Amino acid sequence: MSDEADKQNGAEAGRRADYPEPDPPGYFEGESMTRRRAFTVAVQGLGGIAGAAIVLPAVGFAVAPIFHRGKERWEAIGPVSDFVEDTYRQVVFTETVSIGDAGKTTAYIRRSSKKLGEEPGQFVAVSNRCAHLGCPVRFVEAAGNFICPCHGGVYDFQGRRIGGPPVRPLDHFQTRVRNGQVEVGPRYSVTSQLEPVRARDPGEFTGGIWEYLYPPRPSTFPPPSS
Amino acid sequence: MKLDSLIPAPLRKPAKPGEGNGAKGAAPTDLKSSPPERPSDAQRLKERAVDAPVDVLAWVDQRTAASGFLTGMLYRKVPKGTNWFYTLGSATLVAFVSQALTGVFLAMFYTPSATQAYASIAHINNDVFLGQFVHGMHKWGSSVMVILVFLHMGRTFFFGAYKYPRELNWVIGVVLLILTMTMAFTGYLLPFDQRSYWASIVGININGTGPVIGPYLSDFLRAGPELGATTLSRFYAIHMLLVPGAIIALIGAHLYLVVKLGTTAPPWMKANKPKAATPVSPLNASSNGDAG
Repeated sequence: MSDEADKQNGAEAGRRADYPEPDPPGYFEGESMTRRRAFTVAVQGLGGIAGAAIVLPAVGFAVAPIFHRGKERWEAIGPVSDFVEDTYRQVVFTETVSIGDAGKTTAYIRRSSKKLGEEPGQFVAVSNRCAHLGCPVRFVEAAGNFICPCHGGVYDFQGRRIGGPPVRPLDHFQTRVRNGQVEVGPRYSVTSQLEPVRARDPGEFTGGIWEYLYPPRPSTFPPPSS
Repeated sequence: MKLDSLIPAPLRKPAKPGEGNGAKGAAPTDLKSSPPERPSDAQRLKERAVDAPVDVLAWVDQRTAASGFLTGMLYRKVPKGTNWFYTLGSATLVAFVSQALTGVFLAMFYTPSATQAYASIAHINNDVFLGQFVHGMHKWGSSVMVILVFLHMGRTFFFGAYKYPRELNWVIGVVLLILTMTMAFTGYLLPFDQRSYWASIVGININGTGPVIGPYLSDFLRAGPELGATTLSRFYAIHMLLVPGAIIALIGAHLYLVVKLGTTAPPWMKANKPKAATPVSPLNASSNGDAG
């Protein structure tokens, strides 16, 4: 920036009687930078603006899905009489639309049980997505447990972790009854005390300080008020 | 005709000092003997034909001055003790070129859509001529490339070739390692069968276990809260466009630094000792406790 040409700037003019000698050399009166420097900064600034005009929209386009929440979906899975208190019934329904079978997921549904201290008249929908890394767990009737085939995660009847690597209980789906049909809705996660929280991905802890270390994502639905 | 004559003079291996014709060159032995025979037209045509490729290369060279760079790169000195372990980098490069070529041809038949991807892969494997072979090359080649990258990294580490002044090349290499893993990860989803679907779910969820930014990162990879149609096109774009470009650019930088800095000798090679015996200084002699 401070090559010889800069310092010579105006020196010739200064020799003339009607122009003052620039001081410091290269700067005219009232100027805070040389003209060369001013143009350099201006051109680099313009280039930066032009670059940002291309890069920022492209990055925003790629990042936008993080902040987009899809439409809430409810799907009827069968009449109320299909479900009992003491065991689960496996249902398959669509969680992600427009990708065919790949968008389907499995949930285990039962009526809420007073014996387990649950509010009566509700339906419990436990997701089969393992809370370790997302493998599909299976409800084993004889043991009354959910067991994951991948890394040996085991959950009790209510979906609480009792063994293996999972970090929290199995996720749940919201349920409601419409026209005598049980409907399942958005997914939510639960803490180890089975308190509903916003849906988390597998492998992420819930409750306490973990709610801040694994913050809820804007793309998930608020949990049902318990 | 020797093959050597096809290589333009600037690209030939430079003669070692004291060898070759040089400026003094072997002078014609007998200048005054019988004048050379006038070549026939056919002979002249043949000579022109032989010279043509040389002329073309010379034409390019005159305008690009590429020969200096090429001779410098191709005939650069390598240290004593250079062995087969030093070929792992080139092997990785060959694996990458193979992946790029087979990938381009696979892309001609592949459909990156959640409903058609699996069918298009089945079409490649079952119907397209040599389709299963090219698909297999790409599939197994990806494992080969990952293995070679790690072997190359191990060679660099155990030979101490990451030390000054080659640290930047190590850093570039680590970025290339990450990009290679990204390629392997994003490519795994593309067949969109059960195995790739669940493997990608597990992979994305491992990503999500990173504190604070992990959840957002996995949402970014999936383009939403669940793995869906956009996830596939996103992985396809990363696999096809984003990462290959970055890998090519970084391989260029990697190779430039290799040529610029040269390679290291294996650690078991001793540096050449100066031939003249170093004079023993009085300081050394006394500290040794030797008689003197």
